[in-house]
Amino acid sequence: MSTRPTVSVFDIIGPIMVGPSSSHTAGAVRLGLVARAILGAQPAEALIELHGSFAHTGRGHGTDKALVAGLLGMKPADERIRHSLELAATNGMRVRFAEADLGQDAHPNSVRLTLSAGQRTVQVEGASIGGGMIRITRIEGYDVLFTGEHDALIVVAEDRPGTIHTVTGLLLAHQINIAFSRVERRRRGGEAIMIFETDDPIPALIPESLTDFYWVRWARHVPKVTD
Amino acid sequence: MFDSLADMVAQAEARRLPLHELVLEAETVNSGQSRLQLRTRMRERLEVMRRAAEQGIHRPVMSLSGISGGNAHRFWQWLADHEPLTGPILSRAVARAMAVNEVNAGMGCIVATPTAGSAGILPAVLLTLQEARGFDDEALVDALFTAAGIGAVIIRRASVSGAAGGCQAETGSAAAMAAGAATELLGGTPRQAAQAVAITLKNMLGLVCDPVAGLVEVPCVKRNAAGAAQCFIAVDLALAGVESVIPPDEVIDAMASIGRHMDERFKETAQGGLAATPTGRRLAQIVLTAGPFSASVGSRSTG
Repeated sequence: MSTRPTVSVFDIIGPIMVGPSSSHTAGAVRLGLVARAILGAQPAEALIELHGSFAHTGRGHGTDKALVAGLLGMKPADERIRHSLELAATNGMRVRFAEADLGQDAHPNSVRLTLSAGQRTVQVEGASIGGGMIRITRIEGYDVLFTGEHDALIVVAEDRPGTIHTVTGLLLAHQINIAFSRVERRRRGGEAIMIFETDDPIPALIPESLTDFYWVRWARHVPKVTD
Repeated sequence: MFDSLADMVAQAEARRLPLHELVLEAETVNSGQSRLQLRTRMRERLEVMRRAAEQGIHRPVMSLSGISGGNAHRFWQWLADHEPLTGPILSRAVARAMAVNEVNAGMGCIVATPTAGSAGILPAVLLTLQEARGFDDEALVDALFTAAGIGAVIIRRASVSGAAGGCQAETGSAAAMAAGAATELLGGTPRQAAQAVAITLKNMLGLVCDPVAGLVEVPCVKRNAAGAAQCFIAVDLALAGVESVIPPDEVIDAMASIGRHMDERFKETAQGGLAATPTGRRLAQIVLTAGPFSASVGSRSTG
């Protein structure tokens, strides 16, 4: 077996997308979509901080419109993307843009999204790394890494024994196969973030029932954003 | 997929199969999807390509930045009562190539083939051959699989990214994919298809990626037109039995090497070439200083 990733014919004849740039437009829509799913609702307020090339050439490439389109739940091929700023306004989403330096290690096409809806606020950082592919690199200050190419279950919970067991048990009960998993914590006994990327869609019941555990702060299903 | 065009051609010849059949077969194995599913997904892409080409031809499409647009429509109108030097087939392919790329620059829906910036060439070539020679959609779907197989070899040996390999890697690869696909569509052998890839790519080696203001429009739109022309030259030569002295895989490797040695200024950074001309810089100033990133979008409560 080759160790190089297998290229699909639809990576070459695709993606189907709204232009003009796979990294500045299609990737940006996907970053917005993932952030929206992590918030778990349509944001009422969004602070969009652009870094590097996103900040410098983002306007001509429609990166601003693309990110907002993703926050509104649009996919990369949605022809309403060009009108997303107006649609945000009519849907009561307040959007602010700023430039930010996300550090030397940040990819040139990086963005930090601070979103809120009702009582809930999340901060998500990610990058568009070419060809419409993305990486989510930070959630609420935790270093994470996932790509949106799989469905993902994200759980922030107290760092205590048995938490991973409970979550994987729920996935097993629904016959959902885990492709990748990652756990990060800030300090022992504090809080930890768990990310499970799965081969199958995750029913809404799973994050809902996890939220019932007193030690779970929040749990979200982030649907995959690739075709 | 395949490591080399030589390998692809050898397998096709040994098994007496067209290239598109090999590619489709390999994809069913890699993806676990049926031939029917894969062909249906490819047909969806063909429809998006067709819509984009028609959009850009039948009305002027301006880019998001406003620095380019409307030329595919202008050219199409002109063709109605003029005899173009490029003849009735190539001229219409040129119009469609620009049309798709203008739609891309105007935030319309396209299929990246292999990239958004080079998305005009493959649809232009295939849709124009359909119009001129009466191929049905199934034949075009076959051609798209051939194009994908060629693109996979290029990605494996070189790159299709302007940031990594310059414009040769984007419009060069797109034109080469279209040339191989069109050669097979027109009845050429797998060997002739690979030769068309080699001839196209040779004629586009060294092309730099120097987009004004970093945007996918100047010179990308017209480079898509040029890619369609290079493709047609190579297809005719290959069908006539003309061969490249340098074999196809070695041409792809040469493109990879040129891309590696290309100065960073010429790899999508908008620091060199046309982007660095006085006019290019002036346009960049205009486009990039009027940024919206200080602005806010106010919420209007509509209940």
